[in-house]
Amino acid sequence: MTGTSPTETVGTGGTGGGGGLSRRRLFGMGAAGAAVVGAGAVAARALTNETPVAHAASSADPYPFYGAHQAGIVTPAQDRLHFIAFDVITDDRAELAALLQDWTAAAARMTQGKDAGALGAVGGVPEAPPEDTGEAQGLPASGLTLTVGFGPSLFDHRFGLAAKKPAALADLPRFPGEALIPGISGGDLCVQACAHDPQVAVHAVRNLARIGFGKVSVRYSQLGFGRTSSTSRAQATPRNLMGFKDGTHNLKAEDTALVRDHVWAGPGDGPAWMAGGSYLVTRKIRMQIETWDRTSLAEQEAIFGRDKGEGAPLTGKKEFDTPDFARKAADGAPVIAADAHVRLAHPDNVGVHILRRGYNFVDGSDGLGRLDAGLFFMAYQRDPRRQFTPLQLALSRSDALNEYIKHVSSGLFACPPGVQDAGDYWGRALLA
Amino acid sequence: MRPSSAPVLIAVAAAFGLLATACSSTGAGSGGAAGGSTGGTAASAPAKPDKIAVAATDTECKVDLNQLPAGTSTFAITNNGSKVTEFYVYATGDRVMGEVENIVPGLTREVVVELPAGTYETACKPGMVGKGIRGPLTVTGSHQPLTKDAALADATASYKRYVQSQSDALLQKTQEFVDAVKAGDIDKAKALFPVARTYWERIEPVAEIFGDLDPAIDARENDVEPGQEWTGYHRIEKDLWVEKDISKDGELADKLMTDVNTIVSKANSAELSPVQLANGAKELLDEVATGKITGEEDRYSHTDLWDFDANLQGSKASVQALRPVLQDRAPDLVTTLDEKFAAAESALSAHQKGDGWQLHTELSKDDLKKLSDAINALAEPISKIAAVIAQ
Repeated sequence: MTGTSPTETVGTGGTGGGGGLSRRRLFGMGAAGAAVVGAGAVAARALTNETPVAHAASSADPYPFYGAHQAGIVTPAQDRLHFIAFDVITDDRAELAALLQDWTAAAARMTQGKDAGALGAVGGVPEAPPEDTGEAQGLPASGLTLTVGFGPSLFDHRFGLAAKKPAALADLPRFPGEALIPGISGGDLCVQACAHDPQVAVHAVRNLARIGFGKVSVRYSQLGFGRTSSTSRAQATPRNLMGFKDGTHNLKAEDTALVRDHVWAGPGDGPAWMAGGSYLVTRKIRMQIETWDRTSLAEQEAIFGRDKGEGAPLTGKKEFDTPDFARKAADGAPVIAADAHVRLAHPDNVGVHILRRGYNFVDGSDGLGRLDAGLFFMAYQRDPRRQFTPLQLALSRSDALNEYIKHVSSGLFACPPGVQDAGDYWGRALLA
Repeated sequence: MRPSSAPVLIAVAAAFGLLATACSSTGAGSGGAAGGSTGGTAASAPAKPDKIAVAATDTECKVDLNQLPAGTSTFAITNNGSKVTEFYVYATGDRVMGEVENIVPGLTREVVVELPAGTYETACKPGMVGKGIRGPLTVTGSHQPLTKDAALADATASYKRYVQSQSDALLQKTQEFVDAVKAGDIDKAKALFPVARTYWERIEPVAEIFGDLDPAIDARENDVEPGQEWTGYHRIEKDLWVEKDISKDGELADKLMTDVNTIVSKANSAELSPVQLANGAKELLDEVATGKITGEEDRYSHTDLWDFDANLQGSKASVQALRPVLQDRAPDLVTTLDEKFAAAESALSAHQKGDGWQLHTELSKDDLKKLSDAINALAEPISKIAAVIAQ
């Protein structure tokens, strides 16, 4: 970690770059302006200066853009996702650096509820296309965070970055049972946009893509709804499309020591430019929800190793009860089966913590009378070689859930540390 | 029929096993006696009207007698045709009362069937596809209705007979396939591949109970971890259709035969619960929905519809084994199941081609959607069976 560590406070709102009015001030207080004090509105409990837990006062408010780490990782998971991966189509390193500067400036504004550029959607000359696409006019910041990552392919011959490639960014191995579609996997760059309002997330991604025309080409993008993870103790564990609470033991922002040890790349871990960053693994997991839905409750619960209502392990009563993996039923078989999801994924068994930040998706239908639905899994970690890879190997070998899911895309990205201030930009330490 | 459902299902099976044992000593001359310890068709039972000759050709199925007294009867089927055939005795809803598989041209094979009074159908299936050539069969005489528990025991015994007959044919056809591979006869091996798999796919949920062997026999290429050896039907399928070279597949073929032998002996000694039968019927249709409709199962040979048909038949066999119990407890469900099975079979039969099926690559997206819809329509009532059985 380099430089200063700005104190992140509740709903500062003023840390965005440049001048200009916020979209909301421009249009007056809309309905969304009424402060909603919900589960996410607990006052910040900054346990250390390094990893403060930023909680917006309302779901309309902004999160600070500048900081030691990028927002959108330990930030309490917002409700909506728009994820996008790009191929860089310029071979010019300076042009790539310029793009990242432009993106950073636009992100600093948009995350604070402002237009992508100072002139905004309607403030420019009539003969020019607007600087902002305009669909977020009147909408508040909605907790928007924008998080950037660099894929392994960015470190090929094109930009002379091979020597700076972190060892932790080595391609993931092939996992048994996966059926990856190349067109929706990989990518040189990615942006994760999360917000409470899908229109705000889509607006941000669209404007970054627009700024990137000619320099980057959209490789794939993914919309997500219904966060499937809690990243803060102030949040309840949500449910996936199988109807189960999954990720009960996810890393939470408040677990500061665990977050330090398992989420952030340390100064000695690899190249200096990644210190304070984190590695993102994305997996699009198609669920066979139709066959799942005609599976008996008993079998569904046996597969997860949890009950479906409370989310308690089959050996307990409450969601956060510690599973008793040794307990046997009267017939001698373990109560939580050998191939139950909770057994194979539980940190106590695999010794691996990751910070999951996935979303449900329904991408329409598949032409065979079925919904194209599942989980867009995203997880942040310090080193995928020691975290995601062994965990996924164990799951792909024996998880009972495999009969109902299929991994169809994969992405791996090095997300650099946070942008310090208006003079800094995403990846400056890598590209400058 | 996944092993991890064991905590629930084994408990049912164990409780049920006691009941089945208790009842079989007083069992009312049911098929229950044919299952269990004697294993397979009740070969020791005496035949009353000596033997009933069945003359099968490619177009006819002549059964000597179509009126029989209740009890055990022996059918002797001679295949005078040019295609491999099968012979079935069906109760209402195509519940298999007795069957013999894989009767090659020129051969006579016998099957002993225990039939309570009632009306049945005989069927020969030249080429092993379709509904077969049907004929009526009436059985008269005293018939005591089964008690509830005996009816469940009868269901599992009946399904055990099915597994036995399918696994016999599986061994035989896999051996022929393996021999063709080892002889380097690519054309013969290609022709046998979907046929041998038919028997596998009919009883796969039973095989899946033995999780460690199922991948060795039936894994697709992407199921295998890097560094692990890929073996089984699909590995040889790729060599046959893509590499067009099976000269080095001798060991693979031998291993397949060994693994199939092992799994068959395990499958035939497995004690199944009625709930497992119900779940197996559902899982076979899940297999169709996720693997066959999409063409992922036989991605090199594109013979997915053979597997589709086999899954459907296997599902029907386990559902029909439970039929008398369902008829008693949920007659409306039986009516729905009959309708939906007929609709699924009809949707599939549109793609029959000669003695086999169209290739997956010959089907349009619209064809596939119709098949998918028919399977989903059938799987829904099938998913309700387990709860009825567990009552």
